Amino acid sequence: MLKEMVFAGFGGQGVLSMGTLIAYAAMKEGKEVSWFPSYGPEMRGGTANCMVNVSDEAISSPIDTEFDIAAVFNIPSLEKFEPKVKKGGILIWENSVIKKGPTRKDIHSYGVPAIRTATDKLKNIKVMNMVAMGALLKITQIVKKESVLTALKGTLPERYHHLLPLNRNALDMGFDLIKTK
Amino acid sequence: MGEIRLMKGNEALGEAAIRAGLQGYFGYPITPQSEVMEYLAQQEPHHNYVFLQAESEVAAVNMMYGAGGAGARVLTTTSSPGFSLMQEGISYIACAEIPCLFCNVVRGGPGLGTIQPSQSDYFQSTKGGGHGDYHTIVLAPNSVQEMVDFVYLGFNLADKYRTPVTILSDGAIGQMMEKVELPDPVEYKPDKPWATTGKTKDRERNILTSLYIQSEDMEKKNQKLQKKYEKIKQNEIRFDEYKTEDAEIIIVSFGLSSRVSRKSVDIGRAQGMKIGLFRPQTVWPFPYEKLREYADKDRVKFFISIEMNAGQMVEDVKLAVCGKKPVHFYGRMGGIVPDSYEVIEQIKKIKE
Repeated sequence: MLKEMVFAGFGGQGVLSMGTLIAYAAMKEGKEVSWFPSYGPEMRGGTANCMVNVSDEAISSPIDTEFDIAAVFNIPSLEKFEPKVKKGGILIWENSVIKKGPTRKDIHSYGVPAIRTATDKLKNIKVMNMVAMGALLKITQIVKKESVLTALKGTLPERYHHLLPLNRNALDMGFDLIKTK
Repeated sequence: MGEIRLMKGNEALGEAAIRAGLQGYFGYPITPQSEVMEYLAQQEPHHNYVFLQAESEVAAVNMMYGAGGAGARVLTTTSSPGFSLMQEGISYIACAEIPCLFCNVVRGGPGLGTIQPSQSDYFQSTKGGGHGDYHTIVLAPNSVQEMVDFVYLGFNLADKYRTPVTILSDGAIGQMMEKVELPDPVEYKPDKPWATTGKTKDRERNILTSLYIQSEDMEKKNQKLQKKYEKIKQNEIRFDEYKTEDAEIIIVSFGLSSRVSRKSVDIGRAQGMKIGLFRPQTVWPFPYEKLREYADKDRVKFFISIEMNAGQMVEDVKLAVCGKKPVHFYGRMGGIVPDSYEVIEQIKKIKE
């Protein structure tokens, strides 16, 4: 089953890392994956995004036009990607910076206070993306939580490994933000 | 099975070069290729190769000429404007018959253009590029895995035929990450008796040159090159197919646009259209004969070439099809990647 995803926000918010972790985790779970970043002018200060595909079969195009799952972290990204979520798809949006959420009724949208949780509870805004990741995992079950932690260990340079427990906390907190319906 | 990693195309190409026995890398930074340089610079202390950032692409290509001539396994990577600067040197290298591997991570042109992915250097790469009657073997990867595989293949073909080989990649293949299987490192033992390694008492001087003042000599050289190109055409054509067995409509596409087109095949088939994809992996030599076979089949209604340019490979498709069936073209330019649904819309328009 092919899942087409996009992660979008300001450069520096960790959206490319989120995509990388999902791709790496899915690869470790035996899936086919692709990760395609916006690069160049967009990367430098504007909005950054990456498209991630996870599938049981070989992936055709790494570049998607519509998405099963979108996670957005600023207003321009919401405006850009809300119309591109497939009918019945999932839109996760950061609701402590985006005040006016999505308007579409034919998709499942989840407002997640990832930034507020990271700054208030974890005292570190940098793990905002891991809070969002936790929520995303609970909502989509795209990969296992353990696989993401393995992925983090695999992609984070060793000199940052003391930050692994903080990231695990953030992941757990994001996971618990979502109450199963 | 080799080591599995999640890597960017550019980094994977660098790693593959190291594993394939790279001895010299000469390059100049340019987006969207720079990760190759960064990777090889970073890895240099752990391996036994020379990494050199030249003062320009012109310098880099001449370092390739020199080191390759001395028998080293050499690589340079660049992107479109840089590849243009290298053309003079590639012409010299082709004439002097020196094995060298080039990778052009193509961006949109002409001019300084854009840094987004493009395929607008197809003509330049497949029809010569520099002056004189020559070709380089041109490999067109469409995945991170092929960025790795074609480095091994490219180095080997360069040695086998004593010729420059070009990997014609693009910004997207270079920048994206995929699962990749890295082959085991090889111990490179060059067998190059022609190399300029210093004259010894037991042999004559080795001379590598592209200068033949006498026309008769120059013609002889040309005949030798042409004979070699014929041999390459006979032995080294590579292509890949997807659902062409019963196809009535054949998309011809290479590199990144072939990935987009592969998805179009599935979308089209779900709507009842019998579409197949024919993908040249070598764009020089081009698989003319195989395409001609499809042109001869009654069930095949038409061909459409999907490219990220104004219509370049479509000319080779037309040469292959030779007027037997209609050949259409759809492309986007300037760094825009066509999407799979757009391709289907075009095909529907043609059908009407």
